[in-house]
Amino acid sequence: MTSLSLEPGTGRRGFINWLLGTSLAAFLVSVFYPVARYLVPPKVEESMAASVKLSIKPDDVKPNTGQIFKFGNSPAILVRAPSGELRAFSAVCTHLHCTVQFRPDIGHIWCACHNGHFDLNGQNIAGPPPRPLDKFVVNVRGSQIVVSKGT
Amino acid sequence: MAVPGAPRGRLRAWLDERIGLADFEYLAKKKRVPVHRHGVWYYFGGMTLFLFAIQVATGILLLFYYRPSAEEAYESIQFLMAEVEFGWLIRSIHAWSANLMIFTVFVHLFSVLLLKAYRPPREVTWFSGMALLGLALAFGFTGYLLPWNELAFFATKVGTEITGVLPLVGAFLLRLLRGGDEVTGATLTRFYGIHVAVLPLLVTALLGLHLFLVQKHGMSVPPSVERSGAAPRTTPFVPNFLLRDVVGWLCALALLAALAAFFPAELGKKADPFASAPIGIKPEWYFMFMFQTLKYLPSHILGVEGEVVGIVGFGLGGLFLLLVPFLDRRTACGAPSRLFTWIGIGLIVYVIALTYLGYTASPTK
Repeated sequence: MTSLSLEPGTGRRGFINWLLGTSLAAFLVSVFYPVARYLVPPKVEESMAASVKLSIKPDDVKPNTGQIFKFGNSPAILVRAPSGELRAFSAVCTHLHCTVQFRPDIGHIWCACHNGHFDLNGQNIAGPPPRPLDKFVVNVRGSQIVVSKGT
Repeated sequence: MAVPGAPRGRLRAWLDERIGLADFEYLAKKKRVPVHRHGVWYYFGGMTLFLFAIQVATGILLLFYYRPSAEEAYESIQFLMAEVEFGWLIRSIHAWSANLMIFTVFVHLFSVLLLKAYRPPREVTWFSGMALLGLALAFGFTGYLLPWNELAFFATKVGTEITGVLPLVGAFLLRLLRGGDEVTGATLTRFYGIHVAVLPLLVTALLGLHLFLVQKHGMSVPPSVERSGAAPRTTPFVPNFLLRDVVGWLCALALLAALAAFFPAELGKKADPFASAPIGIKPEWYFMFMFQTLKYLPSHILGVEGEVVGIVGFGLGGLFLLLVPFLDRRTACGAPSRLFTWIGIGLIVYVIALTYLGYTASPTK
């Protein structure tokens, strides 16, 4: 003769409760796991372009101007320094990732979103941006501008 | 009164037996609203509810023409504004009513805060109200992107980037919100789904709880009125207070129509992910005080990036506001609480001052 305990959590009743509880948990996991994974977007191949040929001609980049171009999936900016040298930076502001622009009236790069200033070396000189802009390497081959990632 | 036996009386009796009309009648008769010198603030909750109803109605109408994709969203709204009869009116009312609703939500919030209506037993009413405020702001943020114009694109880029600043979960949340690493058409469809399905569902549930609690506890009488010792006076909700409510709603509707006619919602330029952020870019006015604060923060504060300090600061501010019913022990005990009155006034002054600066300070300086 076995004594059947009626205390919750022990004996046959406890076993059934445990079984129901774990199946409920397993059921919920099996429902919500696919939903959670579904909501996370799949990784898209990032454009691995290490360099890009611009359709802009070197002569078209006048001093005291700046132009936005596509570098892979993100915008970049091409400027002509006072020395005549062409320079290119990522146009993604290091503060909250707005796209920067060249301001002819102040002669350097500026972000309209939160008033961040960068000089023509990409250095953050005023406002909230915490870091300089990423710098690219500019090569001029004849009338062709090639911008590439620095090493 | 309907006569039993007459056709109207029979219908009434039939319905009463099946759905319990008498219970509703009893509830409507029982509900009374306190009368005192701060009574005007009681109207802002109902006003918000009315404007929300306008949003549901105009939002459904907009759904009939709007196409949620990066290729078609801007064009579908152009079509709506230029070709569809009264398309401009429906969209402008939706936009203006959204703004007025956020405004009345803030008035409601601050009046409840200053009149200490969050004190026991209404803490859960306060929490559900704060959650509804969060949902209203989420409605504003997701709805702002849907026209897929230049301003919306950069506002969303900055707004979602802010979640990326959060420690640990930031990068994951950023991808989850954007539906990828950048703000693209995938972000637009996500925001659309959130705006027209997820948020309405959550608001319906929370609003139900909020209104139920308001009925359960009745309207709060401010402690200053309670302490004055005057005999409490009340007025019936139906019809006295409700009719005044309706007058307010009609005024709001007239104001909406006027605003929509004289200042129709703009569309601007189509979003271009490879264009610079436009000069003078700004968020909706109710995010302006935060936006302007971020502009003033230096790049680093005590070695931490300025925007992290700002964003964590606003998060803590929101948490503080949420927990006010637990933090304000003096009001809970029935004692006057000058400190929390001054905190409330301080918050209002801060929000107004920074919003003012956001609109008057030169965007290029």
